[in-house]
Amino acid sequence: MTVVSRRFVSTDRRVREDRRFVAGSGRFVADIDLPGTLHVALVAAQHPAARIVAIDGAEALAMPGVIAVLDGQELSAATNPMMNGLDTPEVKRFPLAVGQNRYAGEWIAAVVAESRRLAEDAAEKVRVEVEPLGFVIDAEEAVSPHSLPVHPRHGSNVLLDRTFTWGAVEDDFSRSEERLSFRVTWGRSSTVPIETFGVIARWDPWSGILDVWASIQMPKYADQIARALKLPGNAVRVHYDVDVGGSYGVKRGIKQTVLAGYLARKLGRPVRLIEDRLENMRAGDAHGPERIFDVEAAFDRDGRVNSMRMRALDNAGAYAGRAPFQLGKPIGAIVGPYRIKSVEYRAMSVTTNKTVQEAVRGFGQSPTNYAIESMMDRVADHLGMDRLDLRRRNFIRADQFPYLIPSGSTYDSGDYHAVVEKVVAAAGYEALLAERDRLRGEGLCAGVGLAACLEPSGGNSSFEPLLNEKNRTSTWMESSRIIVDALGDVTVNIHTTSSGQGHETLAATVVGEVLEIDPDRIRVVRPDSLASLPGNSPVGSRMAVMLGGAASNAAKDLKRQMLAITANRMKVPVGDLVYDGGDVIGPGGSRLGWSDIVEIAHRRFHELPPGTSPGLTASFIQQVPTGVALPKDGKVQMYPCYSFEFHLVLLSFDPVLAKPEIHRYVIGHDCGTVINPHIVKGMTLGGIAHGIGAALLEEFVYDAEGQLMTQSFLDYLMPSTHEIPPVEIVHHCTPSPLTEFGQKGSGESGYLGAPAAISSAMQDAVAPWRVTLDRLPIRMSRVSDAIAAAQEEGVTSQ
Amino acid sequence: MRVPLTVNGTTSEIDVEPRITLLDALRDLLGLKGTHTGCEHGVCGACTVLADGAAVRSCLMLAVQCDGIAITTIEGLAPGPGELDVVQDAFCETHGLQCGYCTPGMILAASGLLAKNDDPTDHEIRDALSGNICRCTGYGQIIEAVALAARRLRQNNLRPALDDAG
Repeated sequence: MTVVSRRFVSTDRRVREDRRFVAGSGRFVADIDLPGTLHVALVAAQHPAARIVAIDGAEALAMPGVIAVLDGQELSAATNPMMNGLDTPEVKRFPLAVGQNRYAGEWIAAVVAESRRLAEDAAEKVRVEVEPLGFVIDAEEAVSPHSLPVHPRHGSNVLLDRTFTWGAVEDDFSRSEERLSFRVTWGRSSTVPIETFGVIARWDPWSGILDVWASIQMPKYADQIARALKLPGNAVRVHYDVDVGGSYGVKRGIKQTVLAGYLARKLGRPVRLIEDRLENMRAGDAHGPERIFDVEAAFDRDGRVNSMRMRALDNAGAYAGRAPFQLGKPIGAIVGPYRIKSVEYRAMSVTTNKTVQEAVRGFGQSPTNYAIESMMDRVADHLGMDRLDLRRRNFIRADQFPYLIPSGSTYDSGDYHAVVEKVVAAAGYEALLAERDRLRGEGLCAGVGLAACLEPSGGNSSFEPLLNEKNRTSTWMESSRIIVDALGDVTVNIHTTSSGQGHETLAATVVGEVLEIDPDRIRVVRPDSLASLPGNSPVGSRMAVMLGGAASNAAKDLKRQMLAITANRMKVPVGDLVYDGGDVIGPGGSRLGWSDIVEIAHRRFHELPPGTSPGLTASFIQQVPTGVALPKDGKVQMYPCYSFEFHLVLLSFDPVLAKPEIHRYVIGHDCGTVINPHIVKGMTLGGIAHGIGAALLEEFVYDAEGQLMTQSFLDYLMPSTHEIPPVEIVHHCTPSPLTEFGQKGSGESGYLGAPAAISSAMQDAVAPWRVTLDRLPIRMSRVSDAIAAAQEEGVTSQ
Repeated sequence: MRVPLTVNGTTSEIDVEPRITLLDALRDLLGLKGTHTGCEHGVCGACTVLADGAAVRSCLMLAVQCDGIAITTIEGLAPGPGELDVVQDAFCETHGLQCGYCTPGMILAASGLLAKNDDPTDHEIRDALSGNICRCTGYGQIIEAVALAARRLRQNNLRPALDDAG
């Protein structure tokens, strides 16, 4: 393999965004003060389902400073329903409940006042008369034909029930020597950013433009706002120069923005809706997947896993949105890193009277990885094989790439065995097992956990046409524009908001790399949506591939123009020229400098070659590599690039207290060429922390009455510095053949395997008591109760 | 209710309802937007400021309680426009942040620790930051930043001696 020498890509450069944040000079949506702004507070539903008989805002409106009380009847009469991903037209969703509410906490009226405090005071005075209705919160109950439908006009709770068969599943099952089946459940958690969702909308009747500032991470956000508010697309101007205080998928904000946008037009003043924590937790519509997996594996006694049947039943909550698609994306890596020959996959999404589900980091991939890895552990246990050996036996080999999996995606590149061997060497696998046994000897529960998985990256939306035949989307572009001004200084435009991913650093680094100029001299700005080229925002681990591709290709176009200008000036063929650090060298060493080329481009049209525009600018609209075809026969190429990670964990806990202490956490990570090492490291460590939270702590728990029990940070537990151990990262680089520098995505790294790894370690720890853990999060109380019960039955750990 | 509020060395008289938190007063009355709102019930630490040098949650303090207390916000750390202090620079060096939302609180909590202890152990750093939730980083590069800042502070001969109390 040739070693590519690079000036800036993969070097240890600082992240340029950090300077403003450490100074407290970020510009978050709540920091924006517009004169005359009105504030919104919400009236929340008390019952999981109830018919709204009357809403009386008179007492609230009589309070000083209160401007308006809005209910769902008025709002729904004036706006279009929000978009559903699937073809489910009778599952209508508006920002405020219409006629009935469908989950406890759902917003049923909005109060607008001169300050947030006044709006909150007034919201308490809004009288709501309701008639409680029956409700369903459990997915298995909801899927039953006898269940009450959350949306009666839809006819049932089933949003999606689709079975795919890829390969000779029947044959592979009947030919296999062994089989097993099991159920595991992924509990409802989410990313829960520290900044809640917020939006400010301002309508200018003279220009006919709705200006929007929001903490947003949403593809086609402006389009959706315009559609819902019945405005032309060019009447919604989203300001992308707003810093987003964390998102990791969930900050989709359509309902909040439609509400604020409608109020801003109606009242003629800027309207600000910044969720408080309670509004965010129970009605921000930002919960994550909640999924029951029933898995059946067919395998041989030598450890080869031949086929898998998986049924995934997902609880989408009260409305459809994009939640069912989170069952679609994992199809692109449905066999994980393994050579499983055939798969039957039944994807089911149902409505219940819970808060609405939204996209969460990995878009459904982490739950599925947990199910696949649970299967691998159980197969090993069934055969009495070492769990690592079993995986080694089933990994796709380095010489098999590009590798086509049964569901239609081709994995671009990888060397899973090499990554695993590096981790095993770094961690000392045998020593880790010995340490586990030593801890057990001290009377502790101790376990070694492992997990291998893929991070599909470079996101397109192939799951949309796969699950909804009316949707014909095959492109999912990202764009960048570069302007070299008349002084020769470079400005790069990016066309999205960011929520901590360092896109300004990414764009400057790759443009600097191509143009061979110091990235610190490059300005990166974010025009508003009306001044932007098309893009799809930082979802699906896509920006290293897609924005990195767009910016570097635009830079290559600039370089091409500079060479053409020089060739014209020197009267030589372009092929005789060499680009060198911003200058162009001609035959015999003659040199045309950067500033001379800029001068020609900006001022001397008479010296420009034919077909060259004046001024040095370039735009590039990057299409997803491989993203060219619609699904066929239930198969599709999902994302283009596949990063790999392998986790190895040692933990222990006291059998009575069951509070896990993680002694060692090693991850091997291969995301191809790393553009900025600091950023990739941070993504990976942050993803692992989030995964530890999902595995051990975080859950939106509902009681039997349909009430959310974990509405605050006192109840919804998130890992602190005390729960997250030091993590060792072992690097490996298998470049992608599909991208400019060989980069793949890393925005979801760590999170995609950590829950499976922690679960594996916890299961290993309780195995001596013959206890089976089959649900995340794994609560301390459940573990200690299960061990106590086993002891009562006379099981000992020896 | 009129109350004098001393923030970053400047005292101003503010007129607030008794129920206004220090957090809201800083943001809405003084325009200091670097102090961030996270949970408003004292768990996440995003609103951390220093009160007489100790890290406190500004969402759990009322503005009217602050008479006679010196408040330091993130805006009070930088020695000059465009210049970073040692802790801020260390966070940039290790990339001890991503979205930047918890960062001011995190840096102030770290500054509160380092003012008393410029040679903290890993455990002491974790303890001092355990009331500040970060959803981006998994804390690794934050802990590296605080350790780096401590090392640089110890090596910095311009630094005033630690308080006797420290």
